[in-house]
Amino acid sequence: MTSFKSFQLELDTRHDKYERLVKLSRDITIESKRTIFLLHRFTSAPNGEEILKESEVKLDAVRQKIKQVAQELIGEDMYQFHRAISPGLQEYVEAVSFQYFIKTRSLISVEEINKQLIFTAEDREETTNTTSNSRDKQPHTWSLKVTPVDYLLGVADLTGELMRLCISSVGNGDIDTPFELSQFLRQIYDGFTFIGNTGPYEVSKKLYTLKQSLAKVENACYTLKVRGSEIPKHMLADVFSTKTELIDQDEGLP
Amino acid sequence: MSVSDMFAALQGALGQDQDIREEIRKVVQALEQTAREILTLLQGVHQGPGFQHIPKKCQKAREHFSTVRTQMESLKTKFPADQYYRFHEHWRFVLQRLVFLAAFVVYLESETLVTREAVAEILGIEADRERGFHLDIEDYLSGVLTLASELARLAVNSVTAGDYSRPLRISAFINELDSGFRLLNLKNDSLRKRYDGLKYDVKKIEEVVYDLSIRGLNKEATVGAGGEK
Repeated sequence: MTSFKSFQLELDTRHDKYERLVKLSRDITIESKRTIFLLHRFTSAPNGEEILKESEVKLDAVRQKIKQVAQELIGEDMYQFHRAISPGLQEYVEAVSFQYFIKTRSLISVEEINKQLIFTAEDREETTNTTSNSRDKQPHTWSLKVTPVDYLLGVADLTGELMRLCISSVGNGDIDTPFELSQFLRQIYDGFTFIGNTGPYEVSKKLYTLKQSLAKVENACYTLKVRGSEIPKHMLADVFSTKTELIDQDEGLP
Repeated sequence: MSVSDMFAALQGALGQDQDIREEIRKVVQALEQTAREILTLLQGVHQGPGFQHIPKKCQKAREHFSTVRTQMESLKTKFPADQYYRFHEHWRFVLQRLVFLAAFVVYLESETLVTREAVAEILGIEADRERGFHLDIEDYLSGVLTLASELARLAVNSVTAGDYSRPLRISAFINELDSGFRLLNLKNDSLRKRYDGLKYDVKKIEEVVYDLSIRGLNKEATVGAGGEK
C-alpha cells in the first residue's frame, strides 16, 4: 500500500527530529553540569570574578544550543518533543539559577530565565542560511519557554548544589554563607510546601531530597553556632583557613 | 519578586493546568461510553445470525458516530488549540479505540482499509495537525492494528457460521496490511509492541485458510461465490 510509504516518511522524520533534540538536550546537560562544577570553585578570592565571567561564557554556549532547540521546534508542538528536551532544560535552570544566586543572593524567576531565551537572527550565521533577498528584512526570532514544571524541577536540584556550597563554605572559613543559605533554602522549601501535591508526581518526589538538603544545611549552621560560642569568631575563621592551607599544600596548589 | 510570590504564581499555573485536565477527563469519559456502545453493537457480527444484519449494524454504528462528533467538538473547546500534545495522553486510548471502530465499520461495509482522512471525517476531527485537533499517525496505526486482531477473530467465526469465503478475503486484506506495516521503521514503543501482535493475527488467519483449503471447503466457496457477499 502506497499510503504506508508516506507513513514511513512521516514517522522517520518525526523520529529523526526527536533524536536531534535528544542529542542537543544531552549537550545542554553536560555543559550546564560543567558550569555548576566551575561555580563551586567560586569564593570571594581574587579569581572569583574570573570564574563568574567564565561561567557566563559557558552559559552563553548552552543558550546557543537552546537556540538550536528552538529552531528545531519551529512550527512544531513543543509538547510533542518535551520529553526529549526536559532533562537538559532542567539542568540549565539549575546552572543559571546557581550563578544568579552567587551573584545576587536571590532566586532567579522563570520569567527572567525565559527572557534570556529569546534569540534574534542578528548573527552572521543566520544571514548566510536565508535565501531571501534584501527586501525580506524581517528579523527572525526564536524563543523557548521553560515550563513551570521544568523550572520547579531545576530549582529543586539547585537546592542540592546549594547544600554542597554550604558545606564547602564552612570548610573555606566562610561562616556567613551557610546562614544565608539556610534562610534562602527555607524560603524555597516553603514555596515547595505551598505547592504540595498539586504539581505533577516528579515535583513531589524532589520534595523529599529537598528536605534532606535543608536539614544538612541547618545542621551545619547549628554546628557553627555551637562551636562559635566556644572559639572567638576571628579565630574560628583562622581555624578553618589553616585547615584549608594544609589541604592546599597536600594538593600542591600554589 | 520574592520567593514566595514566585511560588504563588507557579502554583497558579499548576492549578490552572489541573483544572483543564479535569474538564478534559469529563469529556473523555463521555467519549469512552459512546465507544463502548459502538463496540457492543459491532461485536454482534461474530455471532451466526449477525452476518445478515451487518449492513444494519454499520448504519446504526454510523449514527453513534455522530454523537462522537458532537463530543469531539466539546473536547476541542476544553484546551488551547496549540497545546494538543500537552494533553494528548488523556484521549489517546479512546481515540485509538474509535479509530479501530471506524476502521471496522468501513471494513464491514466495503472490505477496504479506511484512510486517515476518512477516519478523521467520521470522528469529526482534522487529519493534519496544522488544521486543529487532529488524528496522530501513531494513533491511527494503533487503531488499524486492533482491526487486524478483530478480523482474525472474525475469520474464525465466519467459518463457524458457515461463511467460507470471507476468511479468504480477510487473509488477502491482512497480508497486504502486514506488508504495509513492514515498511515502517518503528521505535521500541507501544506501537511497536502492538505491531508485534500482527504476525500472530496473520498466522491465525493463515491457519483458518489452510484448514479450509485442505478440506476443499474454499473451492466450494469460490464456486458458490456468486450468491455470496
